[in-house]
Amino acid sequence: MTRKQQRTWFLVGGVGVLALATVLILGALGDSLVYFYSPTELTEKAIDPGAQIRVGGLVEEGSVEKGEGLDVSFVVTDLNESVTVNYNGLLPDLFREGQGVVAEGSFLTDGQFHATKVLAKHDEKYMPKEVADALKEQGKWKADETLIDDSVKKYGIDDSGTNKGYGE
Amino acid sequence: MQLDERIDRLTMQRYANPKAFIAIADRVIPWLKVLTGLAFVGGLYLALFQAPADYQQSETVRIMFVHVPTATMSMMVFAIMTTSSIVALIWGHRVADLFARASAPIGAAFTFIALFSGSFWGRPMWGTWWEWGDARLVSELILLFIYFGYMGIWQTIDDPIKAAKAARITAIVGAVNLPIIKFSVDWWNTLHQPASLVRMDGPAIHESLLWPLFAMWAAFGLFYVTMALIGTKIEILRFQSRARAMRQTEGV
Repeated sequence: MTRKQQRTWFLVGGVGVLALATVLILGALGDSLVYFYSPTELTEKAIDPGAQIRVGGLVEEGSVEKGEGLDVSFVVTDLNESVTVNYNGLLPDLFREGQGVVAEGSFLTDGQFHATKVLAKHDEKYMPKEVADALKEQGKWKADETLIDDSVKKYGIDDSGTNKGYGE
Repeated sequence: MQLDERIDRLTMQRYANPKAFIAIADRVIPWLKVLTGLAFVGGLYLALFQAPADYQQSETVRIMFVHVPTATMSMMVFAIMTTSSIVALIWGHRVADLFARASAPIGAAFTFIALFSGSFWGRPMWGTWWEWGDARLVSELILLFIYFGYMGIWQTIDDPIKAAKAARITAIVGAVNLPIIKFSVDWWNTLHQPASLVRMDGPAIHESLLWPLFAMWAAFGLFYVTMALIGTKIEILRFQSRARAMRQTEGV
């Protein structure tokens, strides 16, 4: 074997070991790399009251209720399950009904989710306003699909995403 | 010497030869400078004046024209450094080492600009400058530290031959982070949006915003090539003058 071949095999072996180590480490970290849970995942998981978590999904259309001062409550849904979020504070500019949102906080003993921070989640779509309006008019508008539960996706969603008439 | 090794030497030597490299670099650098300038003028005009405001983000969308090209280039440059280091490791080519070395500060600058511009976009759009729990954000920050580590090796190890060996290993090992950055948004839930361009059903960016983005990409890409060639040339000259000085002091 020439030196060049030796070095090549050393390299291939090294990279192979490295790749395997990375896969194992990432696999072991697993859940801790997840930034937020969907409402469906939360109901499956049974989270302890008081545990700090993040829930992400779409703000259900018509669910935003403003209370006194900065009090606000809204429903986060993945169209399969939903969580009611209570929050006291300023909402980000992109916070809109039908749009993605991530709320950080915990479930209290009353079973309600109390957020200490609310962040807007932007999806991957970029377009001028006229195009967005035209798509909505033609009924081709799609909500952020990454926030919709897989069990719902197969029915196909053709509307704003918060339309609950799917699969009927 | 075996035949395949001899053929390798013949084909690779032309590019591995520092003199030939400098001759080629000197010829193309002036053209590249002009092209880079034109691409930036055209790209910035399209991005700042021609591109429409986004339906959601309005004018803030223009940050994307700097953020997306620098972010992809930050990974691309590291991938090029890794490739260069593999070539250097197998064929022992000095110029490949120096090319990787010259690329590192440019890649680090791209990474910093991507993080910085992303933060400035995140504040008004998401409502936060930074989120430690987001896999995309944190893995890109780690890339910046890997760049610093790579540059530090060249700075701290005095013997350039030993420094090159350590730097090659760093560039090859550091490459594991690249797929993590790229696929972080697919593997885990992140605050960061998923890929807009490389998708099963085509780009999710409207044409009117896509062309300015491509123009800015070309500008940053040309900028990198120009700077990397200039940098490599400087590294070669520095390496040669250093070798000459060492020969003199040792009286060889």
